[in-house]
Amino acid sequence: MFETFELVSNYTELQSIALRIRKSIIKMISQAGSGHPGGSLSCVEILTALYFKVLRLNPDYPEDMDRDRFILSKGHAAPALYATLAEFGFIPKEWLNSLRKFGSPLQGHPDMKKVPGIEISTGSLGQGLSVGVGMALGAKIQKLGYRVFVLLGDGECQEGQVWEAAMAASHYKLNNLIAIVDRNRLQIDGNTEDVMSLEPFVEKWKAFGWMTVEVNGHDFGEIIPAFQIIPYISKPLAIIANTVKGKGVSFMENNVDWHGKAPKHEEAEKALEELEEKVCELV
Amino acid sequence: MQNRIATRQAYGLALVDLGKNNPNVVVLDADLSKSTYTVKFAKEFPERFFNAGVAEANMIGMAAGLATCGFIVFASTFAIFATQRALNQIFQSIAYPELNVKIAASHAGITVGEDGASHQSIDDISIMKAIPGMTVIVPADSTEAYQATIAAARHFGPVYLRLSRAPTPQVLPEDYTFKIGKACVLREGSDVTIVACGTMVYEAMAAAEKLLSHGISAEIINMSTVKPIDRETLLNSVMKTGCVVTAEEHSVIGGLGDAVCAVISEEYPCPVRKIGVKDQFGQSGKPEELLKVYGLTSDDIVQIVLNLKGGRV
Repeated sequence: MFETFELVSNYTELQSIALRIRKSIIKMISQAGSGHPGGSLSCVEILTALYFKVLRLNPDYPEDMDRDRFILSKGHAAPALYATLAEFGFIPKEWLNSLRKFGSPLQGHPDMKKVPGIEISTGSLGQGLSVGVGMALGAKIQKLGYRVFVLLGDGECQEGQVWEAAMAASHYKLNNLIAIVDRNRLQIDGNTEDVMSLEPFVEKWKAFGWMTVEVNGHDFGEIIPAFQIIPYISKPLAIIANTVKGKGVSFMENNVDWHGKAPKHEEAEKALEELEEKVCELV
Repeated sequence: MQNRIATRQAYGLALVDLGKNNPNVVVLDADLSKSTYTVKFAKEFPERFFNAGVAEANMIGMAAGLATCGFIVFASTFAIFATQRALNQIFQSIAYPELNVKIAASHAGITVGEDGASHQSIDDISIMKAIPGMTVIVPADSTEAYQATIAAARHFGPVYLRLSRAPTPQVLPEDYTFKIGKACVLREGSDVTIVACGTMVYEAMAAAEKLLSHGISAEIINMSTVKPIDRETLLNSVMKTGCVVTAEEHSVIGGLGDAVCAVISEEYPCPVRKIGVKDQFGQSGKPEELLKVYGLTSDDIVQIVLNLKGGRV
């Protein structure tokens, strides 16, 4: 087993990475003319924490057998993942300009055959946790110490397959499997509780045999400690991260219209200005 | 191997042999291990067998995850559930990332019998054929099923292996060697080419015998790999006989017959007749009763050949 990569130790540094990722997301989707800003922006701190504090990954060696696995089950948040992979050093930053364009490795949804660091192709919702169960079983058979992290959307948890996977994970006592739910409470048709209610959500995971932790998904001070309990758990862990869809851009926040719409040039400029102001506040 | 065992049973035997020789072989099932014969592997190698329970979609996802770790994964269930309940999972999580998962689908076709239409998979070949990069294999007997299982493990990438419930008579010679993508001329003839797969190979062979008394010499091709189809063997035969009859225990829509038609229409247009289940659902009954009702017997093949040849013989 290799050393944990403590790439960044201070929250201000993490916040500035998160802001860079947010800016990339806006630029990428605006350039592409299509994509999903809302759900990409809501999971930025989660991805930042994972890649820069939690995952045992070597930026120079993406194929390491004993690397931690990360699965973006909510595949439409691909821009957030691509921007994070570029910050982390798995892919060149220039690639970000090609999102969704013909011939680009950065497909509308993640394609493992085209992008280093993508562990499984996703996009059709509800499938990532099952793949995570398979990977976690793989680690057990191979007697390797890697952990498998799956980021799910909350709307995605309306798929029955998520609960099939949740059931299997606790049945096989997969204490090396961690599900993080980006609980931004909005899906395409509106509020999750109006479209198809998920609450009591934490209790559902508990009932399926998971250990659960609820955190503010934008607060590194809550997200990172949640991951620190992993070495001590005997069952799979679900981290319910309460987030804001469109986080960081005032006119996108909690606005369902920004689920799958690209900002126009002026809108992107305005969003980038806002994010730039936040960068200045950090310094 | 003894006579008249089901292809699913030969699959189970092959898995055990694979398990002995390759520690990377992992098997999954969805609460049907006694029926798919993966139970044998489960007993021998419990650490490499995982039951997903009655949750086919999750099983396919688990298979994908295991495949990314370098395992050769066999995921087994009934054909109807593999292809219809877990289709998007096969498409998205297995085929799109080109993962090394073998979908072993037993109890295919109408001969599953008494359980009725809900359990009779008659569109699975069609569905699996349509998925990019999916190899589709329909073994004719237990000898071929055993070899096809071994060959599937050696072939990197997704494979759909279609197996049946009922025991099949041996149709392949002792020294037969299965190769993915290679059809086999089981009987040479000059008047008509009969292309069959799975259980219908036996019926086609019986039909060829009967056709002799009508003065018709039929060439029989066992097209066990429906995709990618062996164009060469098919065309060599058709150029000699000038007409084709296809026979499959599957809907006439989208299966072997249509695959043959695609080749013929592009390369050597000639008369083709397809034998299979018409555009309809099955029903409960004994396999032999159903084969008769849905026009899948050797006598049906004989009749179609006679109609096709008309006065030309």
